[in-house]
Formats: sequence, structure tokens, C-alpha cells
Amino acid sequence: MNTSANKSGWNDQRIEIIVGNLLRSGVLLSAAVVIFGGIVYLSRHGHDVASYRTFHGDSSPLRTLTGILHGTLQFTASAIIQFGMLLLIATPIARVIFSAIAFAVERDYLYVAFTLTVLAILAYSLLGAGLH
Amino acid sequence: MHVDLFTGLVLLGSFLAGFLGALTGLGGGVVIVPLLALVFHVDMRYAIGASLVSVIATSSGAAAAYVREGFSNMRIGMFLEIATTVGAIAGAVIATHVSTSTIAIVFGGVLLYSAYLSVRPQPALPPDPTQDRISRFLRLDSSYPTPQGAEAYTVHRIPLGFGLMFGAGTLSGLLGIGSGAVKVLAMDQAMRVPFKVSTTTSNFMIGVTAAASAGVYLARGYIDPGIAMPVVLGALGGSMLGAKVLVNARTKTLRIVFSVVIVALGAEMIFNGFTGRL
Repeated sequence: MNTSANKSGWNDQRIEIIVGNLLRSGVLLSAAVVIFGGIVYLSRHGHDVASYRTFHGDSSPLRTLTGILHGTLQFTASAIIQFGMLLLIATPIARVIFSAIAFAVERDYLYVAFTLTVLAILAYSLLGAGLH
Repeated sequence: MHVDLFTGLVLLGSFLAGFLGALTGLGGGVVIVPLLALVFHVDMRYAIGASLVSVIATSSGAAAAYVREGFSNMRIGMFLEIATTVGAIAGAVIATHVSTSTIAIVFGGVLLYSAYLSVRPQPALPPDPTQDRISRFLRLDSSYPTPQGAEAYTVHRIPLGFGLMFGAGTLSGLLGIGSGAVKVLAMDQAMRVPFKVSTTTSNFMIGVTAAASAGVYLARGYIDPGIAMPVVLGALGGSMLGAKVLVNARTKTLRIVFSVVIVALGAEMIFNGFTGRL
């Protein structure tokens, strides 16, 4: 039991380094998309008046996955930025998926179950957004 | 104010917030929301939406640097994320049902408490070598590198820690912050996890917790690209720079200065909440 614990401790460390790099790549990729969308956004709307005093987000088309994808394909600046936000939200989720695989490889089924529970909660939150 | 000037100023403010947040360990989220709400007169809902996404960015961006040190404990993190994610969804749903003034008042309270924790840090507890049955069953016991070699530790009071994590998740979802301070408190003080393990594991958990409420925020239109863009980019850049200079910085004076700022922001949030201006 002790030796297997040590061995899995070493594997954990290696997996975490991979996961850490994965997270950083995800963040840099989303940042690149957001910067690109931001440049397009400022070039088109830079001289508009910024008004965020009152909330009217409840009528925004960028509240759903389909709305964001549709806008991105039409090259709408705000949709491209929002697509970058989606990528950003997806990075920690990718990390959870990766952890589930890592625990499965280690045959640590208790933690596979825990990880899938977290994944189900995340899916509930995000798919709830997509189905609206 | 024109969009380009607004974007530039928010970018600069978020950069500073991310920078100071990383240097002091308090996170940028706690200042970004009051900055947007009080200085830029942005609606609270847009402010917490933008802040929440920036929390994911800074947490994931720092992860690569943290894991290399070998302190974080994936099992503790994943097990407790069950509590933080459920709490986060609950917090995000509460946020959509209470007035923005109420959120401002709760936010102010959290700011004051963070400042208190920052200037009066809890004393480091000696390791508790007694065995814990739940910890052994969940295989949470592990070891972490110290200058004297690997040191083993046992995790304690797991039900209490789990409950506190639910609370940390709720605060995160309600206020759009990482609530790293509560997470570290739960692990370090309640569960007696070594401090360095607590802080690095907490950083990992913050991103997953925030992702859980992000779905609710997105569906309610809290995440507006025009505000989220400069906030995310600024906070990310600031926190990355903060993590780089962290090693050489004299953080004690900075913590005091930052705490004073936080107290002022907290008081103003509470005042504006009670007078219905936010």
C-alpha cells in the first residue's frame, strides 16, 4: 500500500505539470482570441459612447452557446470576444476531464467518481446556458 | 466616455488590480468589482460577470508556475471541488434573485473581512500528526517538499472543511470573486493542511469553482464582452507580472497599503448598497 501510494504520488506530480501547461496554453489561446476580437471591436466601436450604467444583458444574443458561435461565424467583434471567454471557461473544465483520465489510468475509481461528479455539476451549469 | 478610453482605463485598472492581487495573495477579483462599480459606474451585474471570468484567467495562468513547485494536492482539490462547484451554482442563482444593493453590502463585508485577515494573519499551526479515518479512507494524506526533504501530512476535520468550501463556492458565485482567502482558511486552519499546500491547491480550485458559476452568469447576460475584454486581459497581464516579481518584493508594506484600499472600498460598497446607489 505504501509503495503504491509513493508511486501514485510521483505520477500525480507528473500529471500536474502536464495539466499546468495545458491550463496555461488554454489561457494564452483564449487571451489571443480576446485580443483579436478586442482589436476588431475597438476599430468598429471605439468612438461609440460606453454605457454600462444600466443592465440590459438579459436581452443579449451572447447568452447562449449557439448565439456566440453564430455571431463568431458572422465575424461580429463582440461574439469573437465572447468566444474567447468561452474558451477561457473551458480551460478549467478541460483540466477536470484530464484529471478524470489520470485517475482512471491509476485505477483510482473513487476519485474517478469524484471527478465525474464535478464534471456533471459543471455540465449542468454550462449546458443550462446552452439550452436556453 | 468613449469606448476606446473606457477600455483603456479599465485595462489599466484591472492590470493594477491583478498585479497587487498577485503580490499580496488576495487576488484581483476583490478590487475589480468595486473598481468597476464605484469608479466606472458599471452595473454590479456586469462587474461581477467580468470579474468572475478574470478569476478563471488568473487562476489557470498561474497554475503552471504553481504545480512545478510540487505542493498542490490533486485529491484534496478534486474532493473539495464537489462542494465549491455546488456552492458556486447556488451563489450564482442567489445573485440573480437578490438586489444589486444586497450584493454590494455582502461584498463590502467580505472586503472588510479580507482586510482584517490580511493584516492579522492566523498563526501557522503546528502539524497535527494524529491519524484521521476519513482522510485515510479518501487517501488525502500526502507529503510535500521542504528544505529538509519531503514532509508527510494528514488531513483533519474533513466534514467541516467540506462545509466551509461550500460557503467559499457560494461567495464566489454570488460576488464573482475567487474567494481564495476562504479556501485557504478552510484548508489551512480547519483541515490543518500545510500552508503552502493550501495556497497552491486553492489556486487550482478557484478556476474550476468559477467555471461552475460562469455558466449561470453567461445565461443571464452578466458577461458582457465590452467590459470583460479589458478586465480579463488587464488582470491576466497584471497577475503574471505580479507572480514574476513576487520573489523579490517586500510584500509586508504592500499588504498594509492594499488593506487600507480594501477597507475604503468595502466601506464605500456598504454605504452605496444601503443608500441604494449600487
